[in-house]
Amino acid sequence: MGVTLAILSLIVLIPLSAVALKASEQSWQEFFQAAFNERALTAYRLSFGAALIAAAINGVFGLLTAWALVRYQFPLKSLVNGIIDLPFALPTAVAGIALATLYAPNGWIGALLAPAGLKVAYTPLGVVVALTFIGLPFVVRTLEPVMRDLAADVEEAAASLGATRLDTILRVILPALAPAWMTGFALAFARAVGEYGSVIFIAGNMPYKSEIAPLLIIIELEQYDYAGAATIAVVMLSVSFLMLFVINAIQAWARRLAA
Amino acid sequence: MSRLRHPTEDPIWAKVLILVIVAAFLASVLILPMVTVFFEALRRGLPAALEAIGTEDARDAIKLTLITAAITVPFNVVFGICASWAVAKYEFPLKPFLITLIDLPFSVSPVVAGLIYVLVFGAQGWFGPWLIDHDIKIIFAIPGIVLATIFVTFPFVARELIPLMQEQGVDEEEAAVSMGASGLRTFWSVTAPNIRWGLLYGVLLCNARAMGEFGAVSVVSGHIRGLTNTMPLHVEILYNEYDFVGAFAVAALLCFLAVVTLVLKTLLEIAQPPSRPGRH
Repeated sequence: MGVTLAILSLIVLIPLSAVALKASEQSWQEFFQAAFNERALTAYRLSFGAALIAAAINGVFGLLTAWALVRYQFPLKSLVNGIIDLPFALPTAVAGIALATLYAPNGWIGALLAPAGLKVAYTPLGVVVALTFIGLPFVVRTLEPVMRDLAADVEEAAASLGATRLDTILRVILPALAPAWMTGFALAFARAVGEYGSVIFIAGNMPYKSEIAPLLIIIELEQYDYAGAATIAVVMLSVSFLMLFVINAIQAWARRLAA
Repeated sequence: MSRLRHPTEDPIWAKVLILVIVAAFLASVLILPMVTVFFEALRRGLPAALEAIGTEDARDAIKLTLITAAITVPFNVVFGICASWAVAKYEFPLKPFLITLIDLPFSVSPVVAGLIYVLVFGAQGWFGPWLIDHDIKIIFAIPGIVLATIFVTFPFVARELIPLMQEQGVDEEEAAVSMGASGLRTFWSVTAPNIRWGLLYGVLLCNARAMGEFGAVSVVSGHIRGLTNTMPLHVEILYNEYDFVGAFAVAALLCFLAVVTLVLKTLLEIAQPPSRPGRH
């Protein structure tokens, strides 16, 4: 136990407090200037906005994927099931260059979208694609066990009472999945906000346009502006803590609901 | 004559529609990117790809990645067992705080994970001057890379073991101790068999992340070729130099590793099916 606490303090707690201390070396005015200047605000907007959209996309398609995996039989099912976890296992840099190539104007998918005037790679849309890749397994893997445990008798009861299939899904199944769905959404969002490797290759990284917040930290580090880098890190860490809190609250709520 | 549909089954048109949508989605987000990696790596044939993996810089990067994983994984196994043991078998104040700390690296941006070590050990950092005086290099050197990797892979083993150990409670260990078994003996004969699948699972995910970490390592490494370049960083360098065959050849190697990880993971799940929601 003592070992655990010692290691946790050494590796997590002390270095994390270094960020807060570094950021607090500035005056309030400097802090606000570093944390909320125009360029930083645009970066947060992109990081949080794209993460939110990506989590929403995963919320829809992840739900359908989990449903297909739990309820349907189809060829190559175990292969599909295995590949869902690819974003956990594939290094983010590899995902980044693969997505950038695939969605570039001359890539397989990018070439299909180009005639429609849709540019994905090197635009904020590319950021959304990368964050969707990163977040998918969180939604699917959180929903799956809950879907599998759904009691069949409730569905049968609804059907025998004359509910249409759509009614049963909207009023019986989806409400039962809501807590797990929200947890998956929050996990995907939390992961996407801080994501770096898979995004920078596809984002284009134009200041004020397609620059994500973690990249801004790197840029300030390269300019030896340690306080500035720490300031943005503090903002992002606050959001991380908030997300952890939200996820715990959702899970506690789900447990109360289940009890 | 049509067979009647069971009331809890979706109509056939809905099934087909959902399967088509899911297939299209998975193809564009997961499958085609993976195919792209191998396709681009082999664009100029297998010899060119093998040559890219065989360069000295690439081999150094592979070596460093293996060294990093070889230090990180055992460290996290030991720590994971200690941490889950403390959380599951003892009651103490601040326990929720401890669990939050263990979970934290999951939700901290990898870039921030790298930054915190630069602030502590970098030239401008807390221990910077002292480290320079004693000629110890941590940032822009291998220790920094290992530290940052340990940080981001911290929760994998502990997270797998905590629920397993909590489920088992302390009855069996108490029985063993009361019959005269030593602490170590109790661990090996009673606790270890119960947690081995979870432990393997955690090790697998921890290893995959350790070998593939990019953001955190990128901040602390300094990108010195042949010295502090890991495989993912080498991919970035080659890609930015427009050496796409080289970048994708190294990427294909990492991708192959990911596939092996997924296969092993599937086998482990068959050995012991997961039942807990929200695992990472």
